[in-house]
Amino acid sequence: MANLKTAEKKTKAQSMGMHTEVLTGKTQQKFFNPDEAENFFYWGTHNVDFNKRTELDVKDLDCKQANEKIDILMSEGYGTIVIKNPQGKHSLGVGILNKLNLIFEGSLGYFGVGSIDGPIVTVKGRVGWSCAENMMAGKVVIEKNAGSCFGAAIRGGDLICKGSVGARTGIDQKGGSIIVGGDAGAFTGFMMQRGRIVILGDVGINLGDSMYDGTIYVGGKIGSFGSDAVEAPMTKNDIDWLTRKLKIAEIGNNVDLSKMTKIVAGKKLWNYDALEPTEKKGAI
Amino acid sequence: MAKKKKNKKKSIKEVKSQLGKKKETAREKMIGQTIGYRYDVNLLPDYKKLTPFLKKYIEHMGWDDLNWLEDVHMGYEENRPAVFDRNANGWVTIPKKIKLPDNQQDRDMIARELLVKFQMSPNHPLVDLKKAYLKF
Repeated sequence: MANLKTAEKKTKAQSMGMHTEVLTGKTQQKFFNPDEAENFFYWGTHNVDFNKRTELDVKDLDCKQANEKIDILMSEGYGTIVIKNPQGKHSLGVGILNKLNLIFEGSLGYFGVGSIDGPIVTVKGRVGWSCAENMMAGKVVIEKNAGSCFGAAIRGGDLICKGSVGARTGIDQKGGSIIVGGDAGAFTGFMMQRGRIVILGDVGINLGDSMYDGTIYVGGKIGSFGSDAVEAPMTKNDIDWLTRKLKIAEIGNNVDLSKMTKIVAGKKLWNYDALEPTEKKGAI
Repeated sequence: MAKKKKNKKKSIKEVKSQLGKKKETAREKMIGQTIGYRYDVNLLPDYKKLTPFLKKYIEHMGWDDLNWLEDVHMGYEENRPAVFDRNANGWVTIPKKIKLPDNQQDRDMIARELLVKFQMSPNHPLVDLKKAYLKF
């Protein structure tokens, strides 16, 4: 194994100092004040009222115009926004870093509600590829089915699909909970690093392939396990957590949680030594 | 003499069981990072330990539970307790004056509360960046 600090022949990356960087992150103690006043929203976001409700018809708007309109409504204090006629448009409701109750009366196209941080979203239809990609926080409920890469690279929050989902659900997941009432396709939990996936129905082949960490719960049949995905015993803590989450998701009333299969990483693929410094930071 | 030996063994065991006190391996020292985690990253939160501040935060956001904070745990930065702030991509070290319990569930709740306060603060490092680069 090469010593990162004493490598003689320098590559371009090494000469830039990337290999000699000590992986301790950036301590920011000087910014921290435990007596900070109570404040529940990010600087520059809007303090909206859930009881202030409005409707927005996006039939004649493109996704950029519709998203700008949502932002304007939030700045006016509207906490509940009902989107009429989404008509499967792509990238609707993306980048909302605010508390908000957002309701889509119809279906969304690709990349719907991506990169959100806080809102509660209800989609009363279907969603296309990569719904809630890179979601940071909040709750998203899809009443019908979802396409592939559902919750790709999700980092936090609850993502719920009451129907079935496509392949690669939770690919590169780094946190949060994905809950599926129906079935899921192949490579579910592919390369997941943290968080939880719950599939109440059946799941396709290569479940949890190359997963580094995190937990997958399956209620139905499993097509096959992926590389380094192994079964683990269910604990009381798991059952308590599942009971609470499924109640929130309003699905799975009749599921016997004690009979679910729990899948975790076998940790045979763990090889932090070989990671580049920047990759290691991203995996935290 | 025999009594003294017994006491020594007991104190060593106590240190080993403390959170975050795992002895670094030679490899870990060389690469400057810990291999694996020193705490349970998959630990599910115990809602009986919820702090009043977190209850208020959940209520304010309109969520049913801790939501994204379920994945927040008390970690370590240079052997000192710290919380990882994903927005700033760095560890926020816990000041020495805050005494932390040994139980990970309690420590995690404190980490969650401190992280929310830090992220929502006008002193957060992203505020300056936002002021400088905000496009819309």
